[in-house]
Amino acid sequence: MEGEVMMKLSKYVLYDILRSKIIIAYTLFLFIVSISMFQMEENSSKAMLSLLNIVLIVLPLVSLVFTTIHYYNSYEFIELMSSQPMSRTRILLSEFGGVSISLLSAFLVGVGIPVLIFSADATGFALLFTGMCLTLVFASIAFLTSVIARDKARGIGFALLLWFYFALIYDGLVLLILFSFSDYPLEKLTLLLSALNPIDLGRIFIMLKMDVSALMGYTGALYKDFFGSGTGILFTTGIMLLWMLLPLWLAVRKFKKKDL
Amino acid sequence: MRHFIIILLLSISLPLFSRTIIVGNNQPVRSLKIAIAIAKNFDTILLHAGTYKEGAITLTKSLTIIGQNNPVLDGEKKYEILLISGKNITIKGIQFRNSGYSAMDDYASIKLVDASHVTIENNEIFNSYFAIHISNTSFVTVRNNRITGSPKSEQLTGNAIHLWKSNYAVIENNHVQGHRDGIYFEFVTFSSIRNNLSEKNIRYGLHFMFSNDDTYFNNTFRNNGAGVAVMYSKKVKMENNHFEQNWGPSAYGILLKDISDSYILHNTFFKNTVGIHLEGTSRIIIERNIFTGNGWALKVQASCENNDFHHNNFTGNSFDIGTNGSISLNTFYKNYWDKYEGYDINKDGIGDIPYHPVSMYSMIVEQNPYSLMLFRSFTVQLLDKAEKAIPSLTPENLS
Repeated sequence: MEGEVMMKLSKYVLYDILRSKIIIAYTLFLFIVSISMFQMEENSSKAMLSLLNIVLIVLPLVSLVFTTIHYYNSYEFIELMSSQPMSRTRILLSEFGGVSISLLSAFLVGVGIPVLIFSADATGFALLFTGMCLTLVFASIAFLTSVIARDKARGIGFALLLWFYFALIYDGLVLLILFSFSDYPLEKLTLLLSALNPIDLGRIFIMLKMDVSALMGYTGALYKDFFGSGTGILFTTGIMLLWMLLPLWLAVRKFKKKDL
Repeated sequence: MRHFIIILLLSISLPLFSRTIIVGNNQPVRSLKIAIAIAKNFDTILLHAGTYKEGAITLTKSLTIIGQNNPVLDGEKKYEILLISGKNITIKGIQFRNSGYSAMDDYASIKLVDASHVTIENNEIFNSYFAIHISNTSFVTVRNNRITGSPKSEQLTGNAIHLWKSNYAVIENNHVQGHRDGIYFEFVTFSSIRNNLSEKNIRYGLHFMFSNDDTYFNNTFRNNGAGVAVMYSKKVKMENNHFEQNWGPSAYGILLKDISDSYILHNTFFKNTVGIHLEGTSRIIIERNIFTGNGWALKVQASCENNDFHHNNFTGNSFDIGTNGSISLNTFYKNYWDKYEGYDINKDGIGDIPYHPVSMYSMIVEQNPYSLMLFRSFTVQLLDKAEKAIPSLTPENLS
């Protein structure tokens, strides 16, 4: 009964999102960019490189901003639903379900189809896997920040700041750490550092397919041994799942106690 | 004059008087050792099918030993199977297996010492310490042999084809795998290595030291522990070889160390951690090679000078060139770089602004290998772009 209501609610959220046409524009944007990358570059590996940038930079940004805006736009709807005999957990989860399904399908149509047509190899599948994970992770993070932040402006500001941190600042900090402590053995530390940022984790996962020759040099052998093995793939998937579930769980916890 | 003609005729007809000795289980002569003992120069020994466990065999006469239907000489993991020290000797169509192992001596399946004009062809050699060990020998041909080792560790395995202080050797059409070094040259001159396939060796596919005036072409070196090393030599010509999938922290398509006056032409480097690593090399011409999918296509250390790199294709490499210095004493021109972002207004097929193949990040990785974990990240791309606009770290005149 409850599950049925949740499905219904997710469906309404989905309809609502589709009506706003932003998600359709996003799908088209991804599709056109991906197709033109594959058409313009002479070999598909270079196109994959450009797509890698889309997946690592644009995807988290869109995921964060879109989710945040959606949350604040449907704030009244959420308030209305809260007055109904429904648990708040289910309301928030069905909102998350609707948003993530729409973002995921936009990604799978916009990037997935071109990749499957032009470059359906291990690198391609790694790219799609990473893209899907990052979409969900950042939607989940956006829910947390939206629940915490009081108004729309702050929420979006917070989301942008987080994107800036994960996409840019974090790597700068890592570079700083690696150079400051270059006299010490840093193998384990680099593994830990890569797990603390979903974008880095996804990037390394793709690089293991794309730049395997370079990665075999130096510490790369460590990455290959670790991430390339069965436990490594499990580790990547596990950490990604953690990155999806933990913010969502925190968001739900906060949302339950929140004075709407 | 008449005497001369008689002598000439005699010398030509001498081989015609040679006998053929047949060795086999159902033959009067059952042992190769006995056959060698009763044979005279220019005789032929036909070795019939069967397994011969005769310990160490020594051959000093000018004989041709031909195996029929794949006879096996077994060293029982104790002996050096065949020691050759003489001239005009041919060994053909025999399977050698299980030569002995010794930490003191270089036991081999076939060992040549102080020999000349020896041909070793169509043999199969399995599970040896050294497979073919040649020293102080000239005019030796090693052809169509199939050598398979059982790789244990670098210390417990010898080289497949090992040449020391020899000259005028031809190594061709061999397939070697699973040894320490596939083909090993030390103090070998005026020799050629061609059409060989050397793969899955623990250390180098080809190991080349103090060997001048040699050529190697049409060989494939694949998936060796450390690729190919050419060191302390000059006037070496490397042509039409394939270097593939040599992966590892110190694996190279070719490692060049203290080489001078050599040519590297028309080779293909595919998916190696480093395509060519140059250290202390000078006056080398690297021309018309293809570098695809390597971690680093080239690593040119600062100790290299006066090398010419031209008409090479660089596609799909993670890094095109890595270096540890800030100035470059080498020349690069007319290469194709797939990472080129410039323009070609006059459509002559040559970009109008020079390409800088050393990226900022390749310099960073050279200094701090751990930072490879940030490769292809947004931050790193920004750094690279900034460096392109205002070069400070990368060698300026390298373009």
